[in-house]
Amino acid sequence: MSTQHLPEHPDFLWRNPEPKSSYDAVIVGGGGHGLATAYFLAKNHGMTNIAVLEKGWLAGGNMARNTTIIRSNYLWDESAAIYEHALKLWEILPEELEYDFLFSQRGVMNLAHTLGDVRESIRRVGANKLNGVDAEWLDPQQVKELCPILNIRDNIRYPVMGATYQPRAGIAKHDHVAWAFARKCDEMGVDIIQNCEVTGFLKDGDRVVGVKTSRGTINTEKVGLCAAGHSSVLAEMAGFQLPIQSHPLQALVSELHEPVHPTVVMSNHVHVYVSQAHKGELVMGAGVDSYNGYGQRGSFHVIEQQMAAAVELFPIFARAHVLRTWGGIVDTTLDASPIVGLTPVENMFVNCGWGTGGFKGTPAAGLTFAHTIATGAPHALNKPFSLERFETGALIDEHGAAAVAH
Amino acid sequence: MLLIPCPNCGPRDETEFHYGGQAHVPYPENPNELSDTEWSRYLFYRENPKGVFAERWVHSTGCRQWFNMLRDTVSYDIQAVYPMGVPRPAAPLPAAAVTGTASTGPASTTPLSTTAPEGATK
Ligand SMILES: Cc1cc2nc3c(=O)[nH]c(=O)nc-3n(C[C@H](O)[C@H](O)[C@H](O)COP(=O)(O)OP(=O)(O)OC[C@H]3O[C@@H](n4cnc5c(N)ncnc54)[C@H](O)[C@@H]3O)c2cc1C
Ligand SMILES: [Zn+2]
Repeated sequence: MSTQHLPEHPDFLWRNPEPKSSYDAVIVGGGGHGLATAYFLAKNHGMTNIAVLEKGWLAGGNMARNTTIIRSNYLWDESAAIYEHALKLWEILPEELEYDFLFSQRGVMNLAHTLGDVRESIRRVGANKLNGVDAEWLDPQQVKELCPILNIRDNIRYPVMGATYQPRAGIAKHDHVAWAFARKCDEMGVDIIQNCEVTGFLKDGDRVVGVKTSRGTINTEKVGLCAAGHSSVLAEMAGFQLPIQSHPLQALVSELHEPVHPTVVMSNHVHVYVSQAHKGELVMGAGVDSYNGYGQRGSFHVIEQQMAAAVELFPIFARAHVLRTWGGIVDTTLDASPIVGLTPVENMFVNCGWGTGGFKGTPAAGLTFAHTIATGAPHALNKPFSLERFETGALIDEHGAAAVAH
Repeated sequence: MLLIPCPNCGPRDETEFHYGGQAHVPYPENPNELSDTEWSRYLFYRENPKGVFAERWVHSTGCRQWFNMLRDTVSYDIQAVYPMGVPRPAAPLPAAAVTGTASTGPASTTPLSTTAPEGATK
């Protein structure tokens, strides 16, 4: 058996233009969400005189630091709707973007280790089915059939008592996704400007009219914030607050191995999630550090706990070597759901709070946020995720299904 | 991994502690008079600075006492440790002023941690 080869990249990816003095819209943040937003602004709304401003390099934030798990098996109707819409877009995007980013629908299992987990999981399978999301409940034997290297013996501290399974879920090659969006944006005339940090905003009364950047001032009619872990820093510059806390979240990969891990396995309870990358690395994610932080690294004891869980669940990992670890800064909300919509500043819009799970949402975040920026009003799918929900109390409490406790 | 100077027990590994979020968030004085906006501020909005942050920690596997700490959220330098109920120190001290000195416990000479939290004395 050999592992899968990476596809060739197209000859041309994108230009590196100088910033113009004005645009119809400026997107802050060149991660997946910013690029997807620009893509759908151009494609669905004909807005091509727009720029994506990125303080570092394209997709250098969480976009290419995440563990690339894509699924839509969320509990509440609002979440199921937006994540399932994203999954449907993932299914057509490689063709639409003319770029193979190795979207692999190898299925995702979410393990249950306690009676509470079992009840919650079976409830979620039911909720998923009612929302048209593919979901099944597996007993330990069925879990073992799907992923033979999993230890289902009951003499461990948290034995596997079953799992939810979403067959259409999977993984994609995250940096290629960003490049695919960037290339199409560029083709449609969008300026992607790297090494351009937004340092402030120009306002006329309550309305935003421009952005200050490390490469000069840019006038614009509309601003969309897609800055993940830094959204509250930007909001403060614009004069409002967000109910967001930024936390470090880390991941790691092993050296390359023969294919041993055919699906994606996640465990919320003992806290590890594992898949095998196309080239053969075992990719593993952990939980967030408990404290607020902007350093792109995580605590060592979190890796220790994650590895202990991994080795108990997958005994054959005991002799695998860790190749590298890294961290990203995730933006968490108290109901573990994103914030996408209007802000107290006129013509400024925000997309943030995707926390530990926003990669899977990238296409739907882009599509709905582009709608909001272009029309000045929420899209049906992002309407429930407005900033007002913290005042009205219409929270979307997804702690159970968000997968990484935060 | 943080080395946290507990004001009662001295420097201990981060794994002995639990995080309590932003410090100095008072319970509303007249809860019945709060508007929905004010409630949402109290319940859901916390500071999230890229820089020095006043936060609460509890030494759960040690003295089990809460205390406040000033920590830089970028460098993770711990700049001050001080008792609950004491106002936030005006200017953050250089990290050297606290790290390594708090190990002397409640009677520490560290300028910002001279007293133990309420009820912390044995
Ligand atoms: C370790 C880890 C594992 C994860 N695993 C998963 C997973 O398996 N599945 C999943 O669905 N999600 C996962 N996530 C979450 C997911 O990565 C994020 O929710 C998502 O990437 C956020 O959107 P984004 O791609 O636009 O963010 P980012 O890629 O972080 O984009 C934000 C960009 O804004 C830029 N920026 C910030 N401030 C400024 C400024 N002032 N001016 C200009 N630019 C600025 C940043 O440099 C950054 O590039 C994981 C995250 C991490 C860290
Ligand atoms: Zn102590």
